[in-house]
Amino acid sequence: MPEFKTEELVLNMGPQHPATHGVLRMEVKLDGEVVVDVTPHIGYLHRCFEKHCEVMTYPQVIPYTDRMDYLAAMYMNFGYVEAVEKLMNLEIPERVKYIRVIIGELQRIASHLVAIATFGMDIGAWTPFLYCFRDRERILDLFEMTCGARLLYNYMWVGGVSHDLHPNFIHKCKSFLVDLKKTIAELNDLLSYNKIFIERTANIGILPKDTAINFGATGPVLRGSGVQWDLRKKDPYSIYDRFDFEIVTGKGEHGTVGDCWDRYMVRVREMEQSIRIIEQAIAQIPDGDVTSAIPKRVKPPVGEIYFRVEGPKGELGYYIISDGSVNPFRVKVRAPSFVHLQLLPILCKGHLVADIIANLGSLDIVLGEIDR
Amino acid sequence: MGILDREFTDSNIVIAKFEDLMNWARLSSLWQLGFGLACCAIEMMATSASHYDFDRFGVIPRPSPRQADIIIISGTVTLKMAIRIKRLYEQIPEPKYIISMGSCANCGGPYWEHGYHVLKGVDRIIPVDVYVPGCPPRPEALLEGLLKLQEKIRHQSLVKNTA
Repeated sequence: MPEFKTEELVLNMGPQHPATHGVLRMEVKLDGEVVVDVTPHIGYLHRCFEKHCEVMTYPQVIPYTDRMDYLAAMYMNFGYVEAVEKLMNLEIPERVKYIRVIIGELQRIASHLVAIATFGMDIGAWTPFLYCFRDRERILDLFEMTCGARLLYNYMWVGGVSHDLHPNFIHKCKSFLVDLKKTIAELNDLLSYNKIFIERTANIGILPKDTAINFGATGPVLRGSGVQWDLRKKDPYSIYDRFDFEIVTGKGEHGTVGDCWDRYMVRVREMEQSIRIIEQAIAQIPDGDVTSAIPKRVKPPVGEIYFRVEGPKGELGYYIISDGSVNPFRVKVRAPSFVHLQLLPILCKGHLVADIIANLGSLDIVLGEIDR
Repeated sequence: MGILDREFTDSNIVIAKFEDLMNWARLSSLWQLGFGLACCAIEMMATSASHYDFDRFGVIPRPSPRQADIIIISGTVTLKMAIRIKRLYEQIPEPKYIISMGSCANCGGPYWEHGYHVLKGVDRIIPVDVYVPGCPPRPEALLEGLLKLQEKIRHQSLVKNTA
């Protein structure tokens, strides 16, 4: 039997690729159809966030935080304004705190719906995409009714929110939550427990607990590996300590703990927990003025702060240095997607080409947040 | 305006100018390059999804530029991406059309002043047919942009204007 000489093939995926979740380029080394190495190349959406922060005033930065993780714009606002408020030692009204939690959790559901929809689409399921976007539109309607924008809101301001909730908001939100529970059941039938879907995702891209922690993974990616870590519970910010909910973790029901299916399922189950939080917040929300605490001029004292929140994609941290002027001296963002993208080579090694897409979809990255 | 306006009453014969027929065929199935850049891409996805249904205008996302007719520049064009966009545009066979979606692709948007890595308008590298304003534009605005493009194609001429 003569020996065959094989050569590695370098394949370029992206930046224009229907399943790269934005403008990401991947340099894939292949041995036949088996992946030897993946190198992600980023920087195709670098929009100079830090440069803008240097020249803008504190409130002017808020719209730019929207445009980082555009799938969870409300939560990006949330983290930033809470950080600045902490830097200024600003006390905000109770009603504002509740509104922020309700809106933030709705945004988490919207972000997870997109993650599930695009993950399904990457695997080859088109119908769940349409179902998820149908329900996401209803969340966007709620947001539109609150602040007038569909995708990028500039809703949360330092010291308050731009508009109070619409009188009809609570009623509409409640009816949406009732319908969402049905959608989740529908999604589970369509996608989660679908034989083909499980075959494509279970035992693919296994991320062990220790690797996840060593790489600094957070959010659904870390929880998918079976680690009980959620900043809303472990380091409560805002008023999250007042609500009763569970930390969802991956259990390896259809494969090994930390595979693509687990990461996916954590997102589905987190939506159920978000529904619980919103229902409790709606029941407790007090009356009050939402704009009373908004300062005329945002000018924090000299100092620095690192403030982190549990965004839909993981730990979202803002490191703000103030030199006492109206412009921040530096705003550094710790973006969860940036950390998670580094896991991609580890997840893909030894799998097939088609599994790269499954792994990428299960990490749920947003390029706006990675390149900033 | 439609092709069938000049159908004979008692037969299956339709008389139309070749040009009208050609334009009608072109504007009714504009296949779009499945290509998103930034925030606007999410609104473009929402337009394709159940609520707004881009399909009813004959717009289907295609993964390859060789099969596409239009390219929707949906988002911020950075300098690193600009070269790739130009190449993608060159790979699309004629006739090809471009919709510039959102402020970033129109003129740089919120990044026009301090965005050292942002191209101030995609029309600096490729010719744009329709500009859709907004940050991001609503799906309705994108649909309106597409209708404007269809209107433009309807009045195209196959004859070269030498005057």
